[in-house]
Amino acid sequence: MALLNFLKPKNKLEEGGRTEAPVQNDAGEPEKNCPNCHKDIPLSRLWANQLVCPCGYHFRMKARQRISMITDKNSFCELFANIRSDNPLNFPGYKDKLEMSKTASGEEEAVVCGTALIGRQKCCIFAMESYFMMGSMGSAVGEKITSLFEYAMNHRLPVVGFTVSGGARMQEGLLSLMQMAKTSAAVKRHSDVGLLYIAVLTDPTTGGVTASFAMEADIILAEPGATVGFAGKRVIEQTTKQSLPKVFQSSEFVLEHGFIDKIVQRKDQRKTLAELIKMHHGE
Amino acid sequence: MSGTPYDRVKLARDNKRPTGQDYIKNIFKNIIELHGDRRYSDDKAIIGVIARLDGTPVTVIAIEKGHTYKERVERNFGAPHPEGYRKALRLMKQAEKFGRPIICFVDTSGACCGIGAEERGQGQAIAENLMEMSTLCVPVISILIGEGGSGGALALAVADRVWMLQNAVYSVISPEGCASILWKDSAKADVAAESLKLTAEDAKSLGVIDRILSESDIGSKEYYDRIRTLLTDEITELSKDPDLLQARYDRFRKIGMRSN
Ligand SMILES: [Zn+2]
Repeated sequence: MALLNFLKPKNKLEEGGRTEAPVQNDAGEPEKNCPNCHKDIPLSRLWANQLVCPCGYHFRMKARQRISMITDKNSFCELFANIRSDNPLNFPGYKDKLEMSKTASGEEEAVVCGTALIGRQKCCIFAMESYFMMGSMGSAVGEKITSLFEYAMNHRLPVVGFTVSGGARMQEGLLSLMQMAKTSAAVKRHSDVGLLYIAVLTDPTTGGVTASFAMEADIILAEPGATVGFAGKRVIEQTTKQSLPKVFQSSEFVLEHGFIDKIVQRKDQRKTLAELIKMHHGE
Repeated sequence: MSGTPYDRVKLARDNKRPTGQDYIKNIFKNIIELHGDRRYSDDKAIIGVIARLDGTPVTVIAIEKGHTYKERVERNFGAPHPEGYRKALRLMKQAEKFGRPIICFVDTSGACCGIGAEERGQGQAIAENLMEMSTLCVPVISILIGEGGSGGALALAVADRVWMLQNAVYSVISPEGCASILWKDSAKADVAAESLKLTAEDAKSLGVIDRILSESDIGSKEYYDRIRTLLTDEITELSKDPDLLQARYDRFRKIGMRSN
């Protein structure tokens, strides 16, 4: 499968929630270097192609870019935008990190929630934000996701969720850990009344988010080439003293091992989601 | 209670502390161990039994670290694989079917990090436990007896009551892991331990646990007798609660709630 070529990308972009300034080529047009095919691709071309390189590599997308790509025009209404983190444990350096993340992402927290139409089907939607502390889950993320599932249950709506996360946010200690239990309980209640939840795992979906709501959906889709796993690769390498197979902890790997339903390319996601929602909630 | 938070971490890891098996042997009677997840294998890092607590049949799940090096290797140092969590869930669902209360003893540095664990869906196994435990319609009590390492501990601690020994620790990440990620220096683990608020007193003040158990006479007959009495009384109380599931939901729902 050609998609296997871009597993384990050495993606320098976006590490730590920052973007490298695009390079200007001779013609003066900004470009981005693809970590898979190593070519410089004009930004305009990437944008025209939903941030997918001609080689098939899916660049990371901001939460709101995803929402506007997936939902019907002007249909998104944001919910719970006022829920944000403070520094409950007084953790050293956390306040500054939050401020930096807000600037880098333009968001107040690492997830954006709301209602929207997808193919004219009403649903609740959340998209996590990799530019905000790599989508880590603290109290605010847990509270927003939980509130969204409760809202969806009360309004009998399906939930579509795009995950991207480095895991639990350690600067909030045990409070972060408890968000795994809290969100899971809300997903369960939503599920128990017969409502649909579709998760779309994007690069990377790891740690406490994998071990909670990312893996609890009725239908789990993933973008090609995304890192999907529980423990960090470096930790596993150190613990086992083994070098890891090339495809380890990728979308393709979890598909093969039976933990996701389908890999869907970005260009097909909207249609697939609309179709799935229609089959569960349509007339 | 004394020492720095990092001293507590070291105490919590001490292999002379009573382990899951010690609690099972000394608190319960008519113990029958049940094995296997019915899907892949039997994980020795997690023990599941049916037994009597003061005459009442209960299901007990315990993470077992072992005492000697040989035991610890056999128990994978108390780091469960996905099949351990799936065995636990199977036995908890069985307890629910037969109306037996569930008691979990939690003691792990974390869920196993390894190739097999990832291949068999460690994340999915933990996630499923979190989801399913939230609606088990029998009383569930979890006691953190040593290390409460992140999701691997939480996967047996979505309970109506969560108790902690005074020298147990409960944390989202090991202090060493936290220090090496944040400060690229695992030697700063003591600073991380302080910052993570992982002691029993911290967990209680954060509303994460309900009770701290004294260790003054740890390992003695009186110690186990006292825990047996506490468990019996609490289960009697919980069994009377008509809104058990709502209370369990609310217990976790209110943690970390903040809007401004
Ligand atoms: Zn490319």
